[in-house]
Amino acid sequence: MDDLYREIIIDHYKNPRHKGRLDKSDFSFEDENPLCGDHLQIELRVDENQNVMDAKFDGNGCAISISTADLLIDSIIGKSVEELKELKKQDILDLLGIKLSPVRLKCALLSLKVLKAAIYELQVASDDLAK
Amino acid sequence: MNIAKIKEDFPILKRKIHNGKRLVYLDSAATSQKPRSIVQAMDNYYYQNNANVHRGIHLLAEEATQMYELARKKIADFVEVKDPSQLIFTRNTTESINLISYTWGWKFLDEGDVILTTEMEHHSNIVPWFSLAKERKLSVKFIRITNEGKLDLKHYQDLLKLNPKVVAFTHMSNVLGTINPAKEIIDLAHKTGAITVIDGAQSVPHLPVDIDDLDADFYAFSAHKMCGPTGIGILFGKKDLLEKMPPFLGGGDMIKKVTFNGFTTNSIPHKFEAGTPAIAQAIGFGAAVDYLSSIGMEKIFAHEKALISYAMKILIDIPGLKIIGPSAEDRGGVISFVLDQIHPHDVAQILDESGIAVRAGHHCAMPLHEKFHLAASTRASLYLYNTNDDIDKLKKGLLHVRKIFE
Repeated sequence: MDDLYREIIIDHYKNPRHKGRLDKSDFSFEDENPLCGDHLQIELRVDENQNVMDAKFDGNGCAISISTADLLIDSIIGKSVEELKELKKQDILDLLGIKLSPVRLKCALLSLKVLKAAIYELQVASDDLAK
Repeated sequence: MNIAKIKEDFPILKRKIHNGKRLVYLDSAATSQKPRSIVQAMDNYYYQNNANVHRGIHLLAEEATQMYELARKKIADFVEVKDPSQLIFTRNTTESINLISYTWGWKFLDEGDVILTTEMEHHSNIVPWFSLAKERKLSVKFIRITNEGKLDLKHYQDLLKLNPKVVAFTHMSNVLGTINPAKEIIDLAHKTGAITVIDGAQSVPHLPVDIDDLDADFYAFSAHKMCGPTGIGILFGKKDLLEKMPPFLGGGDMIKKVTFNGFTTNSIPHKFEAGTPAIAQAIGFGAAVDYLSSIGMEKIFAHEKALISYAMKILIDIPGLKIIGPSAEDRGGVISFVLDQIHPHDVAQILDESGIAVRAGHHCAMPLHEKFHLAASTRASLYLYNTNDDIDKLKKGLLHVRKIFE
């Protein structure tokens, strides 16, 4: 019963560890899922080796999208940008540990979508700096 | 009304979902369930009479044509339209309204003309007008709604001073459940010379509607929300308007004559029914109005009024539940709400696990949600097969949602 709303998901939804804004970020990106009114922003701070020093998300959404964003941010701190590029749908599902219908999959994948967009922009920014 | 007997007519309501739970279907405003007789009527046509309509000289073609036109007549009787040639078969309400904007609108509206619609519309009665306005440089103005979710008739009268050419409004809101005073709105529009376009997608399935008495110029509705099949709807238009309008789609059946120099159009309604129509669906639609008439629209409406009064009375006890829209007196069988800060998608998902089907989101009415400062809401909508027990299950389900999130 209520597999989708396992304690860990409700917990990360009600008490997100990484919700808010960074004082200083190297990059941020935001996007929304107009179908449900979800809005999500992710900010990243990276060191000179392109490793994520800190990250935060902000926004509003359903329990699935918010808890996934929190779990995702938790999992990327300390990782390199190259590693983040490799993140896939299955990694998100593994974080959540639940099965999702196609509609709810969109809620779960919003944070990955925003993160990927942020990394891509970050890459372009550093490529530009290298020129 | 014997609800137990009515439920027997809908095989899907016997279905057990999510480990043996009884299906509690509270999403009829999106689409209704289908009684056996409608599916049988379409089966019979396919197994016994299947042929194309209007041109054949053989028995099956004649039968199919007769059945198709009889369905039109039955639907005309159902909505109290004397002349069935004023009823055009379309795909659905959305296509019906687009037909008006693309034909009547393109021909008869000019730069600077004003179209009035309301803040409680479904996107299908907003977007076609915005599209037309962009192309033809028209302006679209919205009649305000009150905080209670009723049309602000004073604001409507103010806007009428702009001499609008079109007043487009919903007879019953798919989110708030508000039943608008259609006759009064139409009378006022006619006094300033505007034509009226009524979205009847939620009204025709749930309350007695007399289109001739309303004096509506255009009136649109869909079969699938009133026990009929998907893929077919109606556009009613007054004869003189339909005759002046250019055709919508060109092709077979809509022409009288085609030469190397051009074409002349067929008479109404065929002028607007290009190509092979949805014959089986039209026959199913006819069977649907037979079914609803056999029970009686007055009775169905009264049943839904009783259900919605009960729902509003018992749901209001749930802490943190906020219902949007007017009191039970002014609404049909639709109730939209928010529960604390819990996202409607979460509410709907947890209810689903208890076998309860509701809808969550903006219900194709984003401007209306913007008006109420909501990103989304949860909606329960009722029909003739629902009971107080369904409402009790909804309440129990909502209390369970709160418990998960507390």
